[in-house]
Amino acid sequence: MPSRQRAFLILASLCLLAVASFGLALLVGSFKVAPAEVLAALLGQEGGAGDVVLQLRLPRALAGFACGGLLALAGALMQVLLRNPLADPYVLGISGGAGVGAMFAMLIGLPILGINGLAFAGALGAMFLVFGLAHGDGSWTQTRLLLTGVIVAAGCGALVALMLSIAPDTKLRGMLFWLMGDLAQAGSSWPPLLALAIALALAIPFARELNLLARGLMQAQALGVAVNRLRYAIYLLASLATAASVTTAGSIGFVGLIVPHLVRLATGNDQRLLLPASVLAGGSLLVLADTLARTVIAPQQLPVGVLTALIGVPVFLFLLSRQAK
Amino acid sequence: MNPSLLEARQLVVEIGGRCVVNQLDLAVAAGERVAILGRNGAGKSTLLSTLAGLRKPAGGAVLLDGEDCTLMPPRQAALRRAWLGQFQADPFGSTVLETALTGRHPHLGRWDWETTHDAELARGAIKAVGLDGMEQRQIHTLSGGERQRLAIATLLTQAAPLYLLDEPLSHLDLNHQMAVLELFAGAARDCGAGVIMVLHDPALAHRFCDRALLLYGDGRTECAAVDDILTAKTLSELYGYGLRQLQDGNHRCFIPE
Repeated sequence: MPSRQRAFLILASLCLLAVASFGLALLVGSFKVAPAEVLAALLGQEGGAGDVVLQLRLPRALAGFACGGLLALAGALMQVLLRNPLADPYVLGISGGAGVGAMFAMLIGLPILGINGLAFAGALGAMFLVFGLAHGDGSWTQTRLLLTGVIVAAGCGALVALMLSIAPDTKLRGMLFWLMGDLAQAGSSWPPLLALAIALALAIPFARELNLLARGLMQAQALGVAVNRLRYAIYLLASLATAASVTTAGSIGFVGLIVPHLVRLATGNDQRLLLPASVLAGGSLLVLADTLARTVIAPQQLPVGVLTALIGVPVFLFLLSRQAK
Repeated sequence: MNPSLLEARQLVVEIGGRCVVNQLDLAVAAGERVAILGRNGAGKSTLLSTLAGLRKPAGGAVLLDGEDCTLMPPRQAALRRAWLGQFQADPFGSTVLETALTGRHPHLGRWDWETTHDAELARGAIKAVGLDGMEQRQIHTLSGGERQRLAIATLLTQAAPLYLLDEPLSHLDLNHQMAVLELFAGAARDCGAGVIMVLHDPALAHRFCDRALLLYGDGRTECAAVDDILTAKTLSELYGYGLRQLQDGNHRCFIPE
């Protein structure tokens, strides 16, 4: 158990990391903006290079931070819910459902709002499908939930593949970028930021109960946790957080899996610290990765999902090999 | 008169549609120790978790401190009884001290952090089971017996007036078996704690308990003072294997024929 001071120190340094990642995201890009101009633009002076910072870079960085935070939070919650350190926000089919919705919207040529709407509807559809099927006769075991989620995700994957294969070439590139996760398509940054604030505010009061849940259902119940209610709430919260992120920026991979692990390695498994720390670390990581994605082969932009996966895979394999010992 | 710490009224327990306990009446008062004995699969653990309120009874009721435990918020129940399960699965890492501190959960408000007082209680419990000096060890590095003693320390930290123990001696070597039984005997004697434990050794049940509850697995149960019920005759019938009783002073010992 980290002491309050230690928790505060860790969160404060992660806040600094977040500020630094924003600084970098606002400064760096194919269009050169001097640090003084960035500062002036942030302080409200209009004109010149400031517009690039305020109109393009800042909203994108904010959306990236919100999506990274949402994914890391959802990942941490899913890992506790399934009591499986290898769970991630997409394991129960949320991103698959959103993918089906978004691909369909793109296929029939809906505008951005329609794509987002159908993606969110698809995510909710997958969520309720898994929930209903896994709930079944009332025995809501981890194994059954996990299996149902994995199967639904596989089904959604097949539908996505079907739509990709019949899509005309002109639409294919946009569809692929969506599937890999891309912040360039992010619209307004307020919905995901709001979702992040609400999700965190709802999760934090239950953090100590989540600590017990991670140790076992009966154990947690014996120590005074209303286990079934808590598990339903966590499932809904993690799913909605994932849906909000996926709707904003497509299915960005590995943030939700890697970040809770990294934070756990550094701080231990107390959810009271792990949840806010994961949000800060996940947000910062995605802002940094997106900055890299739009500068590494500028002026061409990479989908950020490719970069998080490229960074995530070796980091995860490294963690896994350490755990085995 | 104070209500019993725990009372079962006409309790029916079923496992997969099979009735293993039929209309059991049982009351456990402060300071009393009850052993539950029976064959494998006779329903000992299921009965114990039902008594703890972790499982809905198929019929009848379980009262904790005179209140129906199915109607009680889980946290209230956790302040009235502590339950030791048979298995501890630890998918995530944690230290010994953190694990013991989880016992304080029902005593803390939603926004409270564990205080130094809570930490002292946890350290005291860790010391009581002989794990002192290992507070910062990761639980993955503990042996089976050490993990079991840590689970018992968590229970002591919970500081409930009633202990429900499912095979508290599993994985423990002989000296720790005796130490754990002495520990709970002391809690019953000095603090007026009630103890119900599932045991496999009738000799230890005779030595450390006041009463024994025998489960025959077909719904029949029998409960009486250990001197009367733990005899070669009843135990031979219970286990379906001939046992001979040896007496050594006040201690009884049962050996297979």
